[in-house]
Amino acid sequence: MNLTNDDVQEILRLMDASSFDELQIETDRFKLTLRRGAHSGWTEERQTLGSTAEVVQNAAPPSAKPAIALEPGMVAVYPPLVGTFYRAPKPGAAPFVEVGSKVEEDMVIAIIETMKLMNSVRAGVRGTVVEIRAQNAEFVEQDAVLMILRAET
Amino acid sequence: MIRRILIANRGEIAVRVMRTCERLGIETVLAASDADLDSVPARLADKVVRIGPAAPAKSYLDPEAIIAAACETNVNAIHPGYGFLSENATLVRACEKAGLIFVGATEEQLKSVGDKWRAREIAEGAGLRVIPGGFVSSPAEAERLASVIGYPLLVKAVGGGGGRGMKRVAEPSALAETVSLAMAEADAAFADSRVYLERFVGRGRHIEVQLLGDGDNVIHLGERDCSVQRRYQKIVEEAPAPVLPSQLRDGLRQAAVAFGMALRYRGLGTVEFLVDAERGTFYFLEMNARIQVEHPITEAITGIDLVAEQIAVAEGQKLRLMQDQVRFRGHAIEFRVNAEDAEHDFRPSPGTVTAARFPAGDGIRVDTHIEAGSRVPPYYDSLLAKIVVQGADRDDALARAGVALDNCRIEGVKTNIEIHRALLDDPAFIAGGVDTNWFERFHTKGHGHD
Repeated sequence: MNLTNDDVQEILRLMDASSFDELQIETDRFKLTLRRGAHSGWTEERQTLGSTAEVVQNAAPPSAKPAIALEPGMVAVYPPLVGTFYRAPKPGAAPFVEVGSKVEEDMVIAIIETMKLMNSVRAGVRGTVVEIRAQNAEFVEQDAVLMILRAET
Repeated sequence: MIRRILIANRGEIAVRVMRTCERLGIETVLAASDADLDSVPARLADKVVRIGPAAPAKSYLDPEAIIAAACETNVNAIHPGYGFLSENATLVRACEKAGLIFVGATEEQLKSVGDKWRAREIAEGAGLRVIPGGFVSSPAEAERLASVIGYPLLVKAVGGGGGRGMKRVAEPSALAETVSLAMAEADAAFADSRVYLERFVGRGRHIEVQLLGDGDNVIHLGERDCSVQRRYQKIVEEAPAPVLPSQLRDGLRQAAVAFGMALRYRGLGTVEFLVDAERGTFYFLEMNARIQVEHPITEAITGIDLVAEQIAVAEGQKLRLMQDQVRFRGHAIEFRVNAEDAEHDFRPSPGTVTAARFPAGDGIRVDTHIEAGSRVPPYYDSLLAKIVVQGADRDDALARAGVALDNCRIEGVKTNIEIHRALLDDPAFIAGGVDTNWFERFHTKGHGHD
């Protein structure tokens, strides 16, 4: 049995009339801490215990990426945030860039989809694409190198 | 009768649906991806079934994986929550084949409202006013139509909703890239890349009406004002809509019911309108044929458990309420707490929550799936919690909101709590009835960053 919001409100009505500032309730399903707020009102913190699931663990933790050494004039492009890397504006469309493509600073060269939103990856420098490291539709961490560009001087 | 149900969703809505199921004595089975096997909803469910890897396309968005999980666990119903497959006609058809009750609209209704263009035609047929616009299937076509509609305009995903796949274009030079991006986003999110263009109405309010139907009769449960938005994502919602002439309020409610009746709608649904309060008119936007994120404010002012009613009509029961039995009491406001970094253009902030303290007490309800130790995966939306406050009237609700937000603290991931706190001090928000662009103006002005 879990505690409902109505249960909590009822408990707090009793607590309001008391001189207590804190109440902890622990069962085999949850831990609940109710505390008076800094100025007024109450706060609640919960810990839900005991999963009944047969949990299948098969996701390996991401390995730490080694720092990359770049030759002078080369620039690594990182994702603006973690997400799924796409090379083209939509499935089946031509990729934004290929190795050898000339890019402008403001040019969109890839998309990162995070939490269902598409974020443009811009070149950041004027130059040429020399390497595309990430695979299309691959999930990338924020320290992943997507592409290497040669900056024009 | 539903005896065991598969909840084909995650996050706070999974917890919310389970709460009603527990009360009704329905056993719950949670469909979880690899990223959610140890989530709070997974711990609360009677049983958990793994449906696939973290990527939504291979788990929460895969009708076959959901049906397989349902058969495996011997449930007799599926609750889809919102988003994901909640408005997916393929899943509904598969449910029918497998002899499962789908807690939602019928296949036919989903096809009608899921295609935003067809929904407009039905709305016009039911006597509702719509905004000038049209369908496009390429950037070139978009350019031709845009020159007729004029700028600024909106690019919307045909299969979208809730602001997903909707973008504003201010001038012709940005149209082609925006249409391409919107088509890609629509394809990834809804497996349907079609988009349409619509005239952008500058100073409108977003007001929506909650419907409940049993396939014969449709009643409304009042309206919600969801005008506080950022890039078409709702942030704060309130019910009833503040400072709205009663004639307009009645008009909205009647129009929504007329639309629902035209569909002989069954289930919970929301008809969204763009309200031009100055001119006293409103336009039909779309219908969402599912439970909404912001449903708790309607529950607060009506005292009705929407999930329980949704389950009842899905079981084939007739409406248990007549329109004149629906009474509205007080005022409720919902604040969406998202894992996002307001100082860096609201970018998502996934990570591990190290502390989660929420307000509690009279007039406060928090719907969440977050507690200390919870992981916020980067694969899904960023909603952490909904802080819902209710007062005897709007002033009372606002006063309670201040205390509630002061008592809300989440550590480990960045959140927008500070922004909610700041908007409570803004005179326009306090006065009520802001338009859908207000939040951007408020935020650009630079509140709270001292």
